[in-house]
Order: sequence, then C-alpha cells, then structure tokens
Amino acid sequence: MFDILQYSFIQNALLAGICVAVVAAVAGYFMIVRGLTFAGHALPNIGFAGAAGAVLLGIDPVFGLFAFTIGAAIGISILGERLNERDTAIGVIMTLALGLGILFLSLYAGFAQQVYSILFGQIVGISRTNMLITAIASILTLALLLVLFRPLLFSSFDPEVAEARGVPVRLLAMVFLVLIAITVSLAVQVVGALLMFTLLVGPAATAIRIVQRPLWAIILAIALGVSYTCLGIFLAAYSVYLPVSFFIATLSFGVYLPVRLLSPLWIGRRARKSARSIQVDALPVSQVNEQEQSNSVETIGRIQETSH
Amino acid sequence: MLELMQHEFVQNAFLAGTIVAIVTAVMGYFVVMRAQAFAGEALADIGFAGATGAAVLGVSSLVGMFFMTLLAALGMGALGERVRGRDVEIGMVLSFALGLGVLFLTIYAQFGSNAAEGVGVLFGSILSVTRSDVLITLGSGLVTLLLLAFMFRPLLFASIDPEVAQARGVPVRLLSIVFLMLLGVTTAETVLVVGVLLVLALLIAPAATAMHMTHRPLTSITLSVALGLLFTWGGLMLAFVGTGRNLPVSFYISALAAISYFVSVTIGRMRSPRRHRDLPHPCGEHIALPDGQRQSPVQSEV
Repeated sequence: MFDILQYSFIQNALLAGICVAVVAAVAGYFMIVRGLTFAGHALPNIGFAGAAGAVLLGIDPVFGLFAFTIGAAIGISILGERLNERDTAIGVIMTLALGLGILFLSLYAGFAQQVYSILFGQIVGISRTNMLITAIASILTLALLLVLFRPLLFSSFDPEVAEARGVPVRLLAMVFLVLIAITVSLAVQVVGALLMFTLLVGPAATAIRIVQRPLWAIILAIALGVSYTCLGIFLAAYSVYLPVSFFIATLSFGVYLPVRLLSPLWIGRRARKSARSIQVDALPVSQVNEQEQSNSVETIGRIQETSH
Repeated sequence: MLELMQHEFVQNAFLAGTIVAIVTAVMGYFVVMRAQAFAGEALADIGFAGATGAAVLGVSSLVGMFFMTLLAALGMGALGERVRGRDVEIGMVLSFALGLGVLFLTIYAQFGSNAAEGVGVLFGSILSVTRSDVLITLGSGLVTLLLLAFMFRPLLFASIDPEVAQARGVPVRLLSIVFLMLLGVTTAETVLVVGVLLVLALLIAPAATAMHMTHRPLTSITLSVALGLLFTWGGLMLAFVGTGRNLPVSFYISALAAISYFVSVTIGRMRSPRRHRDLPHPCGEHIALPDGQRQSPVQSEV
C-alpha cells in the first residue's frame, strides 16, 4: 500500500495537494457562507484565460493568473454590489475573460500544453520547487484568513448588523474576493481549474451540513479535504492512467450526497427539540419563574441563529 | 460578404446562430429574473460531460448533451423547490459532472484518436455545424419557445414573487422543474454555437443588458432578442470579413456581449436616481416635492 510513497513525484503531489486542500477548505467555508459558490467556479476559469495571455506574451503564466483573477475579483465586487445582480456580473465577466482566453489561444500558434494543464490539472508531476512555493503561499493565505477571521465571520452571517457595528463590510467583501483570487492563482497551476473548484466547495459544503459551529465546520472541512486529496492521489496512482481530479470529485460528491439527503433528519430534529423545550416552558404559564423564562429566551435566540 | 453566403457552412452557421440567439435571449430573460445564471453555467458544463461521454460511446455529441443536461435539470429541480439560493447543490453536481467529463476525455484520449474534439466542445465550433444540427436546433428551439409562450404568465408571476404565486395556486415547483429542463435543452443547443465556456455570453448578457434599459417584460424580451441577434450576427460577420486573421467567433460574441452589459450598467447607475425621483411614492407622497409642500395622505385624511 505505502510503497508508492517512495516515489518523489507522489510525495510532491501529496504535500502540495494537502496544502491546497487546507487553504481551499477554509476559504471554501467562507465562500459558501457568503453565497459565492459561482465566484469559486468562475475565478479558476478566469485564471485559465490569464495564463493563456501570459503564454502568448511569453511570460510566466502566474503573472497572467494574478492579473486576470484579481482584476475579475475587483470587477465582481464593484458590479455585483446588489445581491441579485452579482451572479449576472460574475457570468458576464467570466465569459469576457474566457473569450479573451480563446482569442489568446488561437493567436498562439501550436498547442499550448501549459495552458490546457491549467484547465485539467497536472498534480502528479509537479516539481519540488513548485511544491515549496505552494506550501509557503498556502501558509501566508491561511495567516491572512486568520487575521480577518472574526470580522469576516460577522459580516458573512449578518452583514447589516456588522455594517451598523462599524465593520467595513464592502471593503471586506472585496478583500475576501481578492484573497480567493490569490489562492486560486497559486493553486490552480498545481491542481487545475476543475479540482480547485471541487476542493473549494466539496469539503465545506459537506461539513456545514454536519456541524453548525463555524470553527468545528472549518476543522471538519479541512479533514475532509485532506482525506479526499490523499485518497484521490493514491487511487489515481494505482489506476495508472485515470485522472486524480475525477477521483477527488467523485469522492467529494459520494460523501456529500448521502449527507445532503439525510441531513434534514438531524437538522430538523435539533430544531424540533428546541421548539419542544419552548412549548414545555411556555405551557405552565402560572408556574414560570425567572430562571425558566431566561432559558426559553435563550432557546429562541438559538433557533434564530440556526435559521439564519 | 454575399459570395460567402453561398457556402453551405456559412449558411448553417448563420441559421443555427440565429435560432440559438432568439431562444437564449427569451430564456435568458427568465434566467436573469430568477437569478439562475449559475444554474445555466452548470448545465452547460454538464453538457461538456455529456458530449465527451457520447464521444467515448461513439454517439452524436448533441444526444449526449441533451441526455446529461435533462438528467441534471431534473436532479436540480428535485433537490429544491426553488433553485434560487441553491448554489451549493448546483456546485456539487457541477463538480461531479466535470470530474466525469475529465474521465471521459482521458478515456477518449487513451483509446480514441485525440482530445481535440473534446476541446472543440469547450470552445465551440459554429463553422462545423451541419444541416441536421440546424434542423435539430430549429425543432427543439420551436418546442422551447412554444412551451415558454404557453406558460408565460404563470412563469413570470412565479419568477417575480414565488411566495405570492404559490399562495394564489400557481404550481411553482412544477414550473421550476419544467423551466430547468427547458434551460437544459437550450444550453445544449447553445454549446453547439459558442461552446461550453461561453454559453452565458448569449444566455445572460442580452437579457441583463435589456433589463437595465427597460422594466416592462415584453419590451425587455424584445430588446433582449434584438441584442442577442446583434451579438451573434456581429460576431459571425466580424469573424468572416472583419479581419484577415481568422479570429474565433466566440471571442467576438463574448466581447460584444460584455461591452454592451458594462455600458448598460454604467448608464443605469448614472440614470437611476433621477428616475426614482420622478416616480410617485407608493404612499402617494411625491418625493421631489419641496419640504414645505410635503403632505402624507394619512395627515390629509385626518
């Protein structure tokens, strides 16, 4: 089982994959809570177009990736200020970027292997240097997310109240999107646009359905992301020619589907239990003492929290 | 220009482009209204999995796309009564479908000739549309438009205010599922013309631009169709005659679409305060009145 670990390309793939999975799980949690799933799909594709432009100009793809994803992140946060306008803005910006990408590819004579690998990924086959760059970039992004953790959480769950309390909600939204853009630019060269999206959405979506507390959900998402990545790389290494991204996407969907279908059982039960405790408190009105009253107020508060 | 029209592939490209532009512009109005841009994008990418799967099995890619997008539309419709706010579910289905697409592409590249055909599906190949593709597009496009015309009023009601529509007895959930299936068929057609990556250029941009200019449903839809035709014909003509360099049609279409959207948003933002002032306030109070003359109807009744 573990004899393939001796190969250095498998070691590199595993280490880089774990780094990307950890950052993607944390960023993905906030992305889902803020309703930015579409942006998580669009930014890697936009990065692909930027890489195509960089290859055409003969510079390193990473510059094109940064220019396009950060530009798109700023554009999305300016155009998509209103919630119902955001998806449209993301869609139009993404198609413009992809149209430019197609233009660059058609101007570039020959088959730009480097660029197509950004679309589909090439995690098995990255070098030790690339692995180290990915690791350092992941740690920096994680540190930034930790610094922003509390205001980001506040403004994600209740933007109105956060704004009233002086949290710079709009600035934070833009900074968060730019942070995702940087993460995507660094990771997409390693894992590809498709796998980037899977690692952003899959673990966090499953974790949110299982536990409710933000910190536990993030920790569970990290654990899920890392185990999908390791299992996926092992399975791909054993199947010889099947792609890693297929295994990781299938694992993530295979865990998500039963959780999504069964989660009404426990999420519903939790709500029902709290509701019943309110009824018990509320029925014997004459005997209610202050202690019980404050209990029921707490339960109502908790229900309001969960329903958000 | 006219000599070009004698070539059959040019005729096919214009015919298919025209049909697709009309159908997507009408569908797009509802897609933007229902905030389902992500669903449209996901269905297109799921069509990519269908097309590559069909290539592995050796059947027509259009058949594969229709099959997969209809299946996915049913799944999305069944997962939630309203797809609005169902981004995570759509994203999960999308990532799984893309994984399948990559698997099919790999198998096809290993055992078949090359991966060029799969990449063609991604970027679109309007110039290789055949006469039978045109006929299929025409048939499914007509069915889509007829069904849309048939359920126009309830669908509009359910899109604008689903809660009230449900309370008034409109079958909101059924409408949502039927609409998603129509969207699946439409995206499969659109993939033929502009490719998976650019479906949203024709689906979202004309309708969103039109809706920034006018608020009346029928005017918006008419304007959206006109813009869709403008982008498609403009893109085709620019690609054929504009430059000698043979740049891709999809680039011109997406660039025209994006520019018109950005312009309409900018104009809309500059214009909207003044238009607001002209409207009478729902309470009967005219906002533009100077402070001294301001009267609320409640006070005047008292």
